[in-house]
Amino acid sequence: MSKTITLDGKIIPFEDGQTIMDAAMAAGVYIPHLCHQPEFTPHGSCKLCTVKVNGRNCSACTFPAMDGQDVLSETEELINDRKKITQMLFVEGNHLCPGCEKTGNCQLQAVAYHLNMLDNHFPLFYPNREVDASHADVMIDQSRCILCTLCVRASQQKDGKDVFAVSGRGINKHLIVNAQSGLLKDTDLEATDHAAHICPTGAILIKRTGYRVPIGERIYDHKEIDQVSLETEHVKHGE
Amino acid sequence: MANKIRVATTSLAGCFGCHMSFLDIDERMLQLVEVVEFDRSPLTDIEHCTNCDIGLIEGGVCNSENVHVLREFRKNCKILVAVGACAINGGLPALRNHIPLEECLNESYIDGIGVENPKIPSDIELPLLLDQVHPIHEVVKIDYYLPGCPPSADVFWKFLTDLIEGREPSLPYELVHYD
Repeated sequence: MSKTITLDGKIIPFEDGQTIMDAAMAAGVYIPHLCHQPEFTPHGSCKLCTVKVNGRNCSACTFPAMDGQDVLSETEELINDRKKITQMLFVEGNHLCPGCEKTGNCQLQAVAYHLNMLDNHFPLFYPNREVDASHADVMIDQSRCILCTLCVRASQQKDGKDVFAVSGRGINKHLIVNAQSGLLKDTDLEATDHAAHICPTGAILIKRTGYRVPIGERIYDHKEIDQVSLETEHVKHGE
Repeated sequence: MANKIRVATTSLAGCFGCHMSFLDIDERMLQLVEVVEFDRSPLTDIEHCTNCDIGLIEGGVCNSENVHVLREFRKNCKILVAVGACAINGGLPALRNHIPLEECLNESYIDGIGVENPKIPSDIELPLLLDQVHPIHEVVKIDYYLPGCPPSADVFWKFLTDLIEGREPSLPYELVHYD
C-alpha cells in the first residue's frame, strides 16, 4: 500500500524523497510559493509555502512528506500569514508595478493577486537600491529583488556557472555578482542563460524585450498563479 | 430620494487618471446620481467636505496641503477609500523618495535642461513639499483600497454598488490589478 499524507482533509499519495510541496503539486494542489521551482534544490526562504504539519509550521518546499502526516494549508490563519508575508515583501523593496516591465508576468504580483492583497498594510521602506545596467543584454534592478536565490541556483545548477550570490545580513542583504568590479558586464552571464530568465519579479530583465506583450495580455492578467503553476511547473518536473 | 449617499473625491499627489477612470463608468453615472450626491470633488468644485458617507482619495501625500486635505476627508467621511496605486503605495511620484529634496528641486528649477530664470519657487501660497511621498494609510486610517493604475471603471462600479446595496465590498480576481 502506497504512503499518503492528508492535505486539508484530502488524502494524497507520495513517494519516498518527495517533499510536501512535491506531493501536493503531483496531486494538483497549489501551495503558494515564490522561492521554489521544482527543478532546483529547495531553498525554503520565502516562507509563503508555510503549512501546518501535525500542528507545527513548516515550509512545504523543504519538509519531507512522511506517512500519515496531517497537513493544513488553506486555513484562514495561514492565508492571512501569506498575505502579511507578501505585504512585507512589497514594502521592503520598491515594487511600483505601473512602472515595471514585469507587471502581469510577475510572480510576486500574481501571488498578491491570488491572495486578494489590496493594500500594503505596513509603512513602506522605499530603500535606495542600485540598478546595474552595465551588461549588454541583461539588467538588474535591486529594488525588485526578493532574495529568492532562484538566479543563484539556476546559474550554479543549470548553467554550470556561478554568476550570482547573496551577500550581507538582515536589511543589508542583497544580490551580488561574481566579478571583481561588482558589475554584471564583467561576469560570464549570457542572455541565453537560464539564470537570466528565472527571476520571479522584475529584478533581472532582458534588455530590448520590453512591452513586446502588451499589458492586459500577460500571463497573470486573466489566469491565476495556482493554475499557471500547476500547469507549467508540473510539466517541468517531468511527471 | 431624500437622503442621498454623499460622496467626496479628491486627487492629492495623483494625476487625475483615477478620476478619469471613474468617469469611464459612462452612462452608469446616471444610475449612480439617483442614489449618490457629490460633495467636495473636482467634479463639483465644492471646496470643503461636510459629513460625507464615502471619501475617495486618489494619489499619495507629497506636500503639506495634501496632509490637510486628507485629514479633512478623514474627519468628514464615514468610509475613506484609497483609490489607485499612488494612494496605496506612493506610486510613481514616490520614485523621488531616495533622492534628496534639494537635488530634486535643483534639477527641476536650477540645473535642468532648458530651465530659464533659474529660481526655486518659494511663494507663500505654495504648500511645502514633504521630504518623501507617502501612501495615505501612513497618515490616516483607511477603510478600503482599490488598486490599479488606474483602477478600471468596473472596479469603481463594483465597489460603489456593493457599498450602496449594503454588501461588504469585494473585488474578484479579474478586477485586481496593480498596473
